[in-house]
Amino acid sequence: MASREIKIGGLGGQGVIMAAMILGKAAALHDEKFATMIQAFGPEARGAACSAQLIIDEAPILYPYVLAPEFLVTLSQDAFRQFLPELVEGGVLLYDEDLVQIGDLPATVRAFGVPATRLAESLGRKQVLNLIVVGFFTAITGLVSEDAARAAIRETVPPSTTALNLRAFELGFSHGHALLSRR
Amino acid sequence: MRPDPNCLMTGRLFIDGDHACSEGAIAAGCRFAAGYPITPSTEIIERLALRFPLVGGTFIQMEDELAASITAIGAVWGGAKALCVTSGPGFSLMMEHLGYAAMTETPVVFVDVQRGGPSTGLPTLPAQADMMQARFGPHGDCRFIALCPNSPQECFDLTIEAFNLAERYRVPVLLMMDEVVGHMTERVVIPPADAIDIEPRRYTDRAPGDFRLFEPREDLVPDMCRAGQGHRVHVTGLTHDERGYPVLNAAAQDRLIRRLRDKIEKNADRIIRLEEKGLEGASVAVISYGITSRVAERAIELARAAGVQVGSLRLITAWPFPADRVRRLAQEVAAIVVPELNLGQMVLEVERAVAGACPVISVDHAGGAVHPPERILDAILRAAKEGRPSSLGRSA
Repeated sequence: MASREIKIGGLGGQGVIMAAMILGKAAALHDEKFATMIQAFGPEARGAACSAQLIIDEAPILYPYVLAPEFLVTLSQDAFRQFLPELVEGGVLLYDEDLVQIGDLPATVRAFGVPATRLAESLGRKQVLNLIVVGFFTAITGLVSEDAARAAIRETVPPSTTALNLRAFELGFSHGHALLSRR
Repeated sequence: MRPDPNCLMTGRLFIDGDHACSEGAIAAGCRFAAGYPITPSTEIIERLALRFPLVGGTFIQMEDELAASITAIGAVWGGAKALCVTSGPGFSLMMEHLGYAAMTETPVVFVDVQRGGPSTGLPTLPAQADMMQARFGPHGDCRFIALCPNSPQECFDLTIEAFNLAERYRVPVLLMMDEVVGHMTERVVIPPADAIDIEPRRYTDRAPGDFRLFEPREDLVPDMCRAGQGHRVHVTGLTHDERGYPVLNAAAQDRLIRRLRDKIEKNADRIIRLEEKGLEGASVAVISYGITSRVAERAIELARAAGVQVGSLRLITAWPFPADRVRRLAQEVAAIVVPELNLGQMVLEVERAVAGACPVISVDHAGGAVHPPERILDAILRAAKEGRPSSLGRSA
């Protein structure tokens, strides 16, 4: 497997870094691959642009930055506008369909929308929107295994929220799975 | 000596270099840290502040970096293994006490997670521009050991090594991280306690009346004594004799300062750690350290694909500088390429060691990002073309 480059962009407070952390942990600790995660954020605690770069590879990763993402996840319009030009030809775009208007995309982009924030609200806590995204990402890309993702979630989130976060993961996963089978 | 297994997070973690450094400190037996938060080093003390209460350690957030560094030194003399943690602007403030630690032969660890400078510079972005400060920062002639990790795993491993070297040579050891390595998250394997060696403090077995705090053993390093065991000691930044008492003349200065130099220089072969890859038969060598070594490896892959025989010498130890190895390398290759995230610091030391034996090409960078690998690749290709012809012919 060649190096797989992933970029996740959104706003501080949406759990962008946590989503990348869970996916990286799933790959590095449970799928026996290598993963390098780098985060970019400003000094603000919430509301400012925030992004994470994740590389997953079978071999040790040398250069740590994502140069040409094959997978792009956008949870805000700004992140979509900023990062879409970086997506490689034939790349995969995942986006929160309530927060991001994608307009006319280049023909080669394969786009998959999920109402992540709305689904999270249906679980009673919109904060778990990032776990919806992790589930959706896992179903659509297959870059990390389902079991690895679940194990990583259990290790990462506060114990009192494990059940809720796993429910969010399953909801995002089944949404992605259904979307794939319809295409 | 082994770490306390109850304090180790043995297993596989997905953590950043800062957190790995904290775990390395705990594994090494460090139980005191003083700091003043500064990006991009803050996560180190945040984790220590969380973890220390669980392992019997103490973290104190001080009012500034001067206080943090002298408090860590005080903790060492009280019997603890201790560190202080900072980044560029704070590192500058700590220089007075770094010199004090060298003069008093205090085994303490200073961590500098380098960011763009000078002054406030680029708080959240990387640089490697404190490398000469790690050599010449304090006033006066002094020597330190400086280590440069290039991954979170190495942040763990080399923090342990830093504490071990500090104890072995009674010298301040500098862990020269950079923002990328500090904030990069990767798998870190923490071994079980019986797979980790930690160096105990060199405590004297001499009776109080028979012990001198600055009397060197045959390796030029003096023993320490346990506080509260009846040894009367005097620790001062003034030039002192073997008892630690001030002696303010040229002869005492010459004797002390030369020994402080010699205990590092004459033990350099035992201290220095390098990673060499593909240097046999190489026509070009890349010398790098820290995060830049990983960017360089990418460039090296690209250069090999273009048919250039290029190898890598990675400085895990930056100070003492491996001058002998670099001197020999200059005889073996046609040219040397030195990429670093500054406008040319360690390259000066490379040039000094090479002494004209082959061309040395600096690939500088003002900081704020890592090099595009293509810039290092261009330098390698140029080195292969312009390097010393005889050596090129031999390796072709």
